[in-house]
Amino acid sequence: MIGRLFAVAVTIFARIVTGVRGEWRGCLPEARQRIYFANHSSHGDFVLIWTVLPAALRRSTRPVAAADYWRQGRLRRFIGEKVFDAVLIDRDAAARQADPIEILLAALDHGASLIFFPEGTRNTTGQRLLPFRSGLYRLASARPQVELVPVWIDNLNRVLPKGEIVPLPLLCTVTFGTPVSVAPGEESEPFRERSREALLALAPEVEEDR
Amino acid sequence: MTAGEQTLVLFGGITAVLVAASLIGFVLTLRFAENPVVVNLNARIRAWWVMIALIGLAFALGKAGVITLFAIASFAALREFLTLTRTRRGDHLALAAAFFVVLPLQYYLIWIDWYGLYAILIPVYVFLLLPVVAALRGDTASFMRRIAEVQWGLMISVYCVSHVPALLTLPIPGFDDRKLLLIAFLILVVQSSDVLQYVWGKLLGRHPIAPSLSPSKTVEGFVGGIVSATLIGAALWWITPFSPWQAAIMALVVILMGFCGGLVMSAIKRDRGVKDWGQMIEGHGGMLDRLDSVIFAAPIFFHLTRYWWAV
Repeated sequence: MIGRLFAVAVTIFARIVTGVRGEWRGCLPEARQRIYFANHSSHGDFVLIWTVLPAALRRSTRPVAAADYWRQGRLRRFIGEKVFDAVLIDRDAAARQADPIEILLAALDHGASLIFFPEGTRNTTGQRLLPFRSGLYRLASARPQVELVPVWIDNLNRVLPKGEIVPLPLLCTVTFGTPVSVAPGEESEPFRERSREALLALAPEVEEDR
Repeated sequence: MTAGEQTLVLFGGITAVLVAASLIGFVLTLRFAENPVVVNLNARIRAWWVMIALIGLAFALGKAGVITLFAIASFAALREFLTLTRTRRGDHLALAAAFFVVLPLQYYLIWIDWYGLYAILIPVYVFLLLPVVAALRGDTASFMRRIAEVQWGLMISVYCVSHVPALLTLPIPGFDDRKLLLIAFLILVVQSSDVLQYVWGKLLGRHPIAPSLSPSKTVEGFVGGIVSATLIGAALWWITPFSPWQAAIMALVVILMGFCGGLVMSAIKRDRGVKDWGQMIEGHGGMLDRLDSVIFAAPIFFHLTRYWWAV
């Protein structure tokens, strides 16, 4: 209950700071099971996607987040577990007990939609989008009925670049593209490239040095 | 009439016009429900109700209300403008200062009526100091373009917009209790010119006036809008310190400035590859789409009034 109220407060805050607007360019906000895969440059990324989803979809959509970050300290744990109901996965292959993909498949089998960052980590380089890791392909091949929706989050990296304290109230947009799926017999490598292109296609025109 | 009575008559008149517009919109919906122009027209009329209600509320709260309203408008305009600039990480501190120091300071100076400083704060002090903040971060890539864009954003969104509430600080003999009406005159004339150019353009428009900037602006809309809005300005002389013919000239000046503002801001949008500055106001686009003409008209109106009518 407190978590739910907190979640509403967070989305209102996100709207005020970023004026965020959702643009459903390639699909509609329907109640289907989906994996929203997005570019990742800030801890606030899944908050923005969450904010622009209709409230009914929000409740069944769980962000996938790093356990080492969101299990640290009581506040982060509260936000991760109670507010966003995140699916936490261990990134450290040596220390973990369960395969992250198994955890995500279990969440999908419970009917949840996921918010997933296929770059695997926050992109703090100057590049627009890092190469995808294999996670998205493995999820998609194991559960082909789940729709894969590319989601481009624009401008959030300018609102609060790494190392800055004061957020700038610049306007952000979240663009939902046309769903992609693994073709029969498609290998991991070409699919990763293809889904990455589908996501990049949603980004606004590149300027020489933005 | 007292100032209060004049304000009531004025807002009564505006409400009557909006009621008429809503009725026309309703009748058009009955006949052409699916027509996108009609849908957009009705969205615009609904947004006008909200905007007039907000301005009415600000007027009811007096000086504090009006200054707050335009400070918020500046904030919305500045974020739209800076969102479209090509700033880099090295500009972060300078941009934070623009939002959280320069903007509040400019409106505070208007609140305390310090003309000598609010008239030069952004064109002199910010112009010189903000690039220093950016330079100290050491990132020189596209440096000149970046500082120029930020300065332009502040001039347009903060400096020019703030000259609307700054009208309240003008000492005009015998007009002390009705300076809010001066703001009403400026906004009504400029915005009615925008609306009438749109209406004349939709009814009679044939020849584009600046096809590379704004395909929807036509010669017919321009002439019709300017003539009719100038007449409205002259007819509103009773809420101003101007005589009827002076009111007509002032109206004509601010209308022409407003038209130029629309052209310049269109050129920037074209350059940045967007149709609207934002999505804040339904049917209109962003705050800057609605304010572009006021932005260009306000400082000129302020200084003409100050030069000839203030003591």
